[in-house]
Amino acid sequence: MREVVAKKITETIKKLCVEANTNLSEDVLEALNKALSKEKSSTGREILRQIINNAKTAWREKLPLCQDTGIVTAFIEIGQDVRIINGTLDEAVNEGVSLAYHKGYLRKSVTLDPIERKNTEDNTPAIIYTKIVPGEQINIKVMTKGGGAENCSAIKMFKPASPKEEIDEFILETVENAGPNACPPMIIGIGIGGTFDYAPNLAKQSLLREIGRHNSHPSTAKWEKELLEKINKTGIGPMGLGGTTTALAVNIERHPCHISSLPVAVNIECHAHRVKEAIV
Amino acid sequence: MKKSKLITLKAPLTDKEIKALQAGDKVTISGTIYAARDSAHRMFGKKPPFDPAGAILYYASPTPTRKGEVIGSIGPTTATRMDTFTPGLLKAGVKITIGKGRRSQEVIDAMKKHKAAYLVVAGGTAALLAKHVKKANVIAYPELGPEAVLKLEVHNFPAIVAIDCKGGDLFEKGKKKFRSA
Repeated sequence: MREVVAKKITETIKKLCVEANTNLSEDVLEALNKALSKEKSSTGREILRQIINNAKTAWREKLPLCQDTGIVTAFIEIGQDVRIINGTLDEAVNEGVSLAYHKGYLRKSVTLDPIERKNTEDNTPAIIYTKIVPGEQINIKVMTKGGGAENCSAIKMFKPASPKEEIDEFILETVENAGPNACPPMIIGIGIGGTFDYAPNLAKQSLLREIGRHNSHPSTAKWEKELLEKINKTGIGPMGLGGTTTALAVNIERHPCHISSLPVAVNIECHAHRVKEAIV
Repeated sequence: MKKSKLITLKAPLTDKEIKALQAGDKVTISGTIYAARDSAHRMFGKKPPFDPAGAILYYASPTPTRKGEVIGSIGPTTATRMDTFTPGLLKAGVKITIGKGRRSQEVIDAMKKHKAAYLVVAGGTAALLAKHVKKANVIAYPELGPEAVLKLEVHNFPAIVAIDCKGGDLFEKGKKKFRSA
C-alpha cells in the first residue's frame, strides 16, 4: 500500500488553484482564437481580442484572469491502494485552498452560510467529490468557477417519452436566459440521466473534458455539434452584444437512469474556464 | 445600427452628455468612478457613501492588491443583481452604471426618466482592466472585504454603451442582427 502525506495534497491543491486562476489553458485559448477568426460581429471580435489579451496579461504578470476567482470544486480520484497519512483529505484540500487564495492574492468569494452570508475569508470550504478507483495514485482536478455563470444553470425532469427536440428546447432556453449575464462565449456542460442530484454533477463533470474534444460516443458527439451550431445561431454573441460566437463548446455526458426518469441538467460556464489537473 | 464612434467621459456627467450616448457607442472613461456590489448596495440602499450627482458606478470587487501595485484584477460583475437598488440611485443623481449582463425594465424606465446610461465592459478581462486603474481607496464598509466601496481613479477605461437613456438596447439590437435560427 502506497502512503501519501496529506501535505502533498495540500501543496498540489494550492498550486492548481493559483495556476487555474492565472493561466488560461491551451484548449480554451485555441477555441477563443478559432472563434475570433470566424466571428461576424466587429464588436464581438473586439471583445474576443480583449479576452485573449487578458489571458496573455494574466499569464505574464501572474494576475487572476477574472476578479471572480471562484469557489473551488475538487474532483479527486483516489486509488484504492493509497493511504493518506498525517492528516485527512478534507483538511488537506481546504488547507491548500486557503493557502492559494491568501498567497496567490485571489479573491475570497465563499460565505459560511447561504443566508447569513458572512465571508469565510479564505475561500474555504471547497466542494469536494471523491471517487475510489483502482491503482495507487491520486488524480486531482480543480475547477475554480465564477458565480455569474453558475447562477444561470438549470435542471429539468423530463418524461422518458419526451422527444429529443424538447430537451434541445430546454437547453437553448437555458442558454437564452443566461444570455449576456453568463459572460459569453460560454461553455455548456450537460448531464443527461442519473437522478435528480446526479445529473447536475454529471453536467459539471462534463466541463472537465478538454474544450474541442467531443464525447467518445458518436451519437452524443453528433448531438454536441448540433447543439453548438444551434446555440451559435441565437445571435447572443460575445458578452451578449450580438455575434456568432455564443458558445465555445457543448459537452454532454449521459448516464443510466430509472425507467420513469429523464433528468437533464445544464451547467453554464463562462469563457474564463479554469480547470487544472495533477497526479499525486 | 449606426457606425460606432469613440467618446471620452469624465464624471460628474451632465444630462446633455448622457443624451448624446447611443447604444453601441464605444467610450473610454477617465477620472473618478466608484465600485460597489451586492453587500454594499444592501447596506447603503438609496444613499451611497459618495456624492451621487453625475457619478459613475461600477459593479465590481477586485482581487487583493499585491505589494507595490494599485489594485488587483477588477472586471465587472452581473449588473442584474443590483437592479432593485438602481432606480433609487439614478434618482439620486448617478448617471452611469457599468457592469455586465441585462438590466430590468424598471431600471431601463428609471434610466429614461432620470437620464442615465448603462455601460458594459468585457467580463473576464479583469487583468487588462486593472491596468486602467491609477488609484484606489476604500471609502466605506472595509469590513465587507472584497465587497467594500472603492473610489477609483481610472484612465482610458474602455466600455460600450449597452442601454442608452432613450431605451436603445444593444443586447436586443445585436442579437437580432446576428440571429440566424
